[in-house]
Amino acid sequence: MKRSMSVFNVTTLTLGLAFLYLPMLLLMVYSFNSSRLVTVWAGFSTQWYGELLRNEQFLDAAWVTLRVAVVSSTIATVLGTMAAWVLVRERRFLGRTLFSGMIYAPLVMPEVITGLSLLLLFIAIGLDRGILTIILAHTTFSMCYVSVVVSSRLVSFDRSLEEAALDLGCSPMQAFGHVTLPIIAPAVISGWLLAFTLSLDDLVIASFTSGPSSTTLPIKIFSSMRLGVSPEINALSTILISIVAVGVVVAALVSKSQIARREIEEREGQK
Amino acid sequence: MKLNPRRLVLISVPYAWLLALFMVPFLIVLKIALSDTAIAIPPYMPTLDLAAGWSGIRDFFSELDFENFTWLAEDDLYWKSYVSSLWIATVSTFFTLLIGYPVAYAMSRARPEWRPLLMMLIILPFWSSALIRVYAWIGILSSEGYLNQVLLALGLADTPLSILNTQTAVYIGIVYTYLPFMILPIYATLEKMDESLLEAAEDLGCTRISAFWRVTFPLSRPGAIAGCFLVFIPSLGEFVIPSILGGSQTLMIGKVLWEEFFNNRDWPVASAVAVVLLLILVIPIVLFQRNEEKNA
Repeated sequence: MKRSMSVFNVTTLTLGLAFLYLPMLLLMVYSFNSSRLVTVWAGFSTQWYGELLRNEQFLDAAWVTLRVAVVSSTIATVLGTMAAWVLVRERRFLGRTLFSGMIYAPLVMPEVITGLSLLLLFIAIGLDRGILTIILAHTTFSMCYVSVVVSSRLVSFDRSLEEAALDLGCSPMQAFGHVTLPIIAPAVISGWLLAFTLSLDDLVIASFTSGPSSTTLPIKIFSSMRLGVSPEINALSTILISIVAVGVVVAALVSKSQIARREIEEREGQK
Repeated sequence: MKLNPRRLVLISVPYAWLLALFMVPFLIVLKIALSDTAIAIPPYMPTLDLAAGWSGIRDFFSELDFENFTWLAEDDLYWKSYVSSLWIATVSTFFTLLIGYPVAYAMSRARPEWRPLLMMLIILPFWSSALIRVYAWIGILSSEGYLNQVLLALGLADTPLSILNTQTAVYIGIVYTYLPFMILPIYATLEKMDESLLEAAEDLGCTRISAFWRVTFPLSRPGAIAGCFLVFIPSLGEFVIPSILGGSQTLMIGKVLWEEFFNNRDWPVASAVAVVLLLILVIPIVLFQRNEEKNA
């Protein structure tokens, strides 16, 4: 690039990033405010983090959310990877159009409709609402996200590698385990991470499908938010934002080092 | 193609899951939208009585009607909220484009070694909870919030502005939440652009500004259109943003559906609201797909 960044471009980027990050930074800074009046600074304090850890309702909700997220994202990853395989490799079978339609539709479906329809299903079949119903609901929409992520990797996958494994005497399952899976693994892992965070963050669908005994963290946060800004919610948000930020940065660094390693290996191989 | 057991399992397991938990629920919504409200458990009529055999099925279908949809058309709450949702989604999409385009442009002009970092900075907020990011704006926009503190301190306002619980707050919330969806597709088209085209335009006598409007902008249009749809489609059915920032005055259809279901417990009307919302959404979704196919 010959042109250096103009003043206009630097200003735009700075303002754009400030717009994205300032609200969250303010929230994080004021979670250390000693006053209950959230918007008036009265000195540094970590008391709201202490209050949060003593708040059993929040801890229970966090535990429910974590269990739902781990189980649903794991099932969604298995189902989504299968669905991605079917979308990319199975060109012809009965009802293929319906199948791909059902993969893409949940991505654009408003959450209120997904939630409402699943709730009406659970009532129709007499399934009591609780952790199980939230897991079923979350698995259904996140498997579609997983299959989109994984299928984009499968499309660019070199099939001759698989054929080579089959020629060398692997069974189809062995070829998948030894050749295909290691190559698509980064996409499968990012699919799982996406499913996990979608489940952690979901308010609307969980509100429809949860029962009185299975309040998730977003539901709990939302009901406290309705009463206005509170320092405990600021503290909780700070913790959640930090976890996500650390997770994303670590994942990015790991994948960057993997790409670098692969490039070195390829260069060595060419010699 | 032969149908071996492995292939059968691969296809049928995700297929059956989606049929049971996506297709069937949707058909149930459609059915309840055609039913009548009843004071019973479940609170709608008729219920399918399979024990009565064929006549039970016939009775069931004969009692379904479009009454709820007539009701939606007659009560102006509903069509007002559809119109208001369309309006809010359109205005917000426009402002997201206005803010997102320059950012995407600046990113594509940054030094190549900075670009992955900038990409990550744009994507990172998307990974953290939308609920929390929207909530962060309450502290900024409320009458004793940070924005008003700054404005009053600088003497830019005499009395605190009331932005929270207005449509303006909803616009801000939508722009904020969906900005990455706008920036990324525009950036993707701008990044691929051949820089020599601009040099050619300038050699041929274009000023930098007219070169932008004649070369850069037309080339980035597919990305901008995709970005607009990616913001417009989800914001139309948005629930979280209007309910946290919009106050009771802001009408949006996602919120109406929620209240119809949870507060009024009127399942048939909630289902009818959902069906109409989906019918409205079909138009932008089809247009979006056409745009994607054209540029694939």
